[in-house]
Amino acid sequence: MTTAPALKEAPTFDNRQDFADELIQLARTNERIVAVCNDSVGSSNLNKFRDEFPDRLINVGIAEQNMVGVSAGLANAGLIPFVCAAGPFLTGRSLEQIKADVAYSQHNVILCGMSPGMAYGELGPTHHSVEDFSWLRALPGLDIVVPADGDQTRAAIRNAVANPRPTYIRVGRFKVPKVSDHDPSFERGKFVVAREGSDMTIIAAGTEVSRALWAAASLEADGISARVLNATYLSPLDEAAITAAARETRAIVTAEEANVAGGLGAAVASIVGQLEDEARVPLRILGLKDFAPTGSTQYLLEHFGLEAEDIANAARGALNRD
Amino acid sequence: MLTADVSQAAEWRSLRKDLLKGDASFRAEKLHERAQATRRSILDMISTAGQGHIGGDFSVTDILTVLFDAVLDVDPEDPRKDGRDHFVLSKGHCAAALYSTLAHCGFFSADELRTFMEPMSALNGHPNRVKVPGVETNTGPLGHGLPVAVGAAIGARLRGNNSNVYVVLGDGEMQEGSNWEALMSASHQKLENLHVIVDRNRLQQGAGTEDTNGLDPLDARLAAFGLEVRIVDGHDYNALLEAMAPSTTGSPVAVIANTIKGKGVSFIEDRVEWHHKVPSKEQTTQAFQELS
Repeated sequence: MTTAPALKEAPTFDNRQDFADELIQLARTNERIVAVCNDSVGSSNLNKFRDEFPDRLINVGIAEQNMVGVSAGLANAGLIPFVCAAGPFLTGRSLEQIKADVAYSQHNVILCGMSPGMAYGELGPTHHSVEDFSWLRALPGLDIVVPADGDQTRAAIRNAVANPRPTYIRVGRFKVPKVSDHDPSFERGKFVVAREGSDMTIIAAGTEVSRALWAAASLEADGISARVLNATYLSPLDEAAITAAARETRAIVTAEEANVAGGLGAAVASIVGQLEDEARVPLRILGLKDFAPTGSTQYLLEHFGLEAEDIANAARGALNRD
Repeated sequence: MLTADVSQAAEWRSLRKDLLKGDASFRAEKLHERAQATRRSILDMISTAGQGHIGGDFSVTDILTVLFDAVLDVDPEDPRKDGRDHFVLSKGHCAAALYSTLAHCGFFSADELRTFMEPMSALNGHPNRVKVPGVETNTGPLGHGLPVAVGAAIGARLRGNNSNVYVVLGDGEMQEGSNWEALMSASHQKLENLHVIVDRNRLQQGAGTEDTNGLDPLDARLAAFGLEVRIVDGHDYNALLEAMAPSTTGSPVAVIANTIKGKGVSFIEDRVEWHHKVPSKEQTTQAFQELS
């Protein structure tokens, strides 16, 4: 549990820093860890990894299909490959490799979507990774992990090394505050309760977890008790937490830095929509419905209604419909 | 996951010993016997299932036979053994040829072959490593096997074992860009433990390769990508065996195996319509006679 007002003034961090530090630390004692990238040594923050383990960084150049195929082969030979590439190219360009070579083949490849969501702001929709949730949720046998801060990013990597399985992890670049300062650990297939609450529930992923906590503080001022669930895993999905939110609170708002076609909100809707009548609470799904216009990441979060006040307003709207 | 047929595996091991001790004509004779038995299995599977890719199965059969009976260091009773040689069939639609070959080595019981493409069979129309021992990666969409083989070759080197990696591609498949990405990596990484074998039967699903999106000069193109190129008759067992010898240049080896699609059955050979046509009852009987 985190106290939101302090959070809003807290310093913010680029999760790639924690990602690289943790990966290097683990690689020192586990020689099966290798990194694979597509000319993305700098953007994946792998310079130090390369310096320390020059043979264990495989840079295939600008060739994403080959990058994922090679990683499946490395896993086949008994290694634990961390594929580090900008999210849009990793998931879009090599989607069929992720499907056939990783998920369907059950090769233990850890796909790290660097700078996901709209982290590349003004570079535009070609460089935004907002379809990854929709695309990858359709692949059975692939875990989808969305750490909300640097400490959770570290925990995600530790989990992947301790129990390698086909996994996609979002590694954020857009700076976020620490939201898990007491205990960053999380369990496979479980949401983390970031804040207890009884009136309504906000389910948020990644960047949006900090926004959800601020929204909960704003709602508290109105006398509304909001539960905040940090959706650390999209697959496997925490159906129990979603069901409990629907049964125990009166509305659900989801927030994700992703297209809403098949992401977190769609996942929640598919559970809530199939519950018994009494449990089918009002639901608001916040996210992208269009390609982004030109703007910084912060500008775009505001443009698409993904800031704290937008979440709080969606919660108020959903509750009024009760 | 299917399990090994222990007695078949023992038989295969003793056959391998004999093969490697024997002279060239003995080897050719034995390998031909094995390949024809595999072709008969394939024919049986496809006519029973009423579907399959008989043309490409028959063109690749001799290559698979040489690899499994005389080259690969694999253990049907321990298919994921550390340090094994890795074999990848990138042209996954020729699963029937792979399944027959694997069963004849004892990776699983030959009885299983009759279930090919039946509901819930482990033997899908395209190979699945989760269910079938001896399958290293799931193929079917083209242009997937070579990148995985490149990764396995890099991985073997990093792990410090002497594994060799062999990947068989269809020639039509060389139109996929991912293969050329992988070839660049293979030569950049100097993967001398990698053999890239192209089943050059010159036909793809709809027409000749050269009438579709020409591959020639394939040898020059592979050489330009840094591979040590060997061109062989893909139905000459001893020539194939020689082509699987280690790299002499420190570069990955490319073997262009010139083959005949549908090899072994007169009315199927080199005919584009037999890519995935299924033989009638009469045709099946005739084909069995020709393969006996």
